[in-house]
Amino acid sequence: MKHIEILIVGGGPAGLCAAISAAQSGAKVMLVERHDHLGGQLIKQTHMFFGSEKQYAGTRGIDISTILTDEIANSENIEVLNNATVLAIYEDGVITLEQNHKYIKVKPERVIIATGASEKSLAFPNNDMPGIYGAGAVQTLMNIHGVKPGHNVLMVGAGNIGLIVSYQLMQAGVNVKAILDASPKIGGYLVHASKIRRMGIPILTRHTVLKADGKDSLEHATVVELDERWQPIPGSEKEFDVDVMCVSVGLSPLSELLFQAGCEMKMVREFGGYVPLRTEHLRTTNPQIYIAGDVGGIEEASSAMVEGHLAGLAAAKSIGYEHPEFERVYVDYNEQLEALRAGHAGDHIRAGMSKALIKEASC
Amino acid sequence: MRIHEHPVLTYEKGREVEFTCNGEIVVGYEGETIAAALHAAGIKVLKHSIQNHRPRGFYCAIGNCSSCLMEVDGVPNVRICVEPLKEGMIVKTQEGKGALE
Ligand SMILES: Cc1cc2nc3c(=O)[nH]c(=O)nc-3n(C[C@H](O)[C@H](O)[C@H](O)COP(=O)(O)OP(=O)(O)OC[C@H]3O[C@@H](n4cnc5c(N)ncnc54)[C@H](O)[C@@H]3O)c2cc1C
Repeated sequence: MKHIEILIVGGGPAGLCAAISAAQSGAKVMLVERHDHLGGQLIKQTHMFFGSEKQYAGTRGIDISTILTDEIANSENIEVLNNATVLAIYEDGVITLEQNHKYIKVKPERVIIATGASEKSLAFPNNDMPGIYGAGAVQTLMNIHGVKPGHNVLMVGAGNIGLIVSYQLMQAGVNVKAILDASPKIGGYLVHASKIRRMGIPILTRHTVLKADGKDSLEHATVVELDERWQPIPGSEKEFDVDVMCVSVGLSPLSELLFQAGCEMKMVREFGGYVPLRTEHLRTTNPQIYIAGDVGGIEEASSAMVEGHLAGLAAAKSIGYEHPEFERVYVDYNEQLEALRAGHAGDHIRAGMSKALIKEASC
Repeated sequence: MRIHEHPVLTYEKGREVEFTCNGEIVVGYEGETIAAALHAAGIKVLKHSIQNHRPRGFYCAIGNCSSCLMEVDGVPNVRICVEPLKEGMIVKTQEGKGALE
């Protein structure tokens, strides 16, 4: 069985940055990604990022992915396994993976889980019909494969993903009929919403999907307005002739491996589902295991990158590899994280964190 | 359904290859996912649900949700949203849960 110092599961922004920082600290890293390419969700993001310069603001997600991937390729301390899926974490710390139909066992000293998240669905009659897709799925289809999802789209959810993907649909020449959101307010950033409005796409707040219809795949959607108590207002139904509906109602952490590893988990609404309790060093209640990125709570790529660096530094230090400038970089990343989570936009993240954070002594 | 011009992106495509879906010849690009090739060809119904036989398409497109499982070259339950297309693949709608020989 192969001995490994630090195993990183997931090659999205969190996993890539974790690998870079752990390797810079001197640890030998194995980075495992189940797809044939690294980058996670970044590779479909054609829009420019916000945040500060340190998190590549003004650069497109897809280009950030290339910057990080190049850095990984140039590091002697990082071994990358593509097309490899981590299957299980055992009580004795053994981890099994599958790569090209081969079963591999490894025994790492530390593991950083950075598996990201999956898109949620929404309950309404016929929600399982072909033509109804996650918004991220449609983004993958368009931006990676160059295939349009269909002709006329109804977007459900006016958070950042709903707004960004609507914009990208229009860029690809697909008609977006409307964007709905059950809440009275638009959840996404105003910059994105204004762009959408300028394109003439109506954003219907306080609206939800009543049902979907079609023969073998989506042909119509019925939407309805909601009152102050989020109840449908009779007579307010509207019909849309659409062959595509994008559901963008949030993500939930892909935390199965953490459950399996016996990490103490908690339902934290602000983080999108069950997340592991963690110390400020991103260590879970299983001392072998650290976390970074969306798997610990749905946030965004900028904070996923910073968390990745922090987890990489901390995991390396815990096995005796201290980054040459540990104090300085560690404080710097923590300040970046604090800045990203400051202000009104970070309210729910700080609320979630207060529920998921534990003291170092308990692990 | 292919995007021919895009203001930001250019698409690198593999060579054009033929494969079959339920016996019909479909053309796609080598290396793209089977789901992308089928969608571009207008094929949206990928399977039927096990109990009520309701039509299903893909949902997440990144290998998480299992809404797109099909039989590929005799292997059942392949997540075609992440499975790269190869020339001559035999793709079939799978009825039931599928079993390995
Ligand atoms: C449509 C959309 C638009 C967005 N726009 C922005 C934006 O403008 N700005 C911003 O900051 N953020 C944005 N985000 C959010 C951002 O993309 C995510 O927060 C970020 O990608 C999370 O990073 P991550 O590394 O935690 O997860 P991911 O990027 O999801 O990466 C996780 C990786 O782990 C791999 N993996 C999972 N399980 C296993 C396993 N068992 N074995 C091996 N590998 C595994 C996956 O294949 C994946 O590559 C957007 C997200 C979406 C979907």
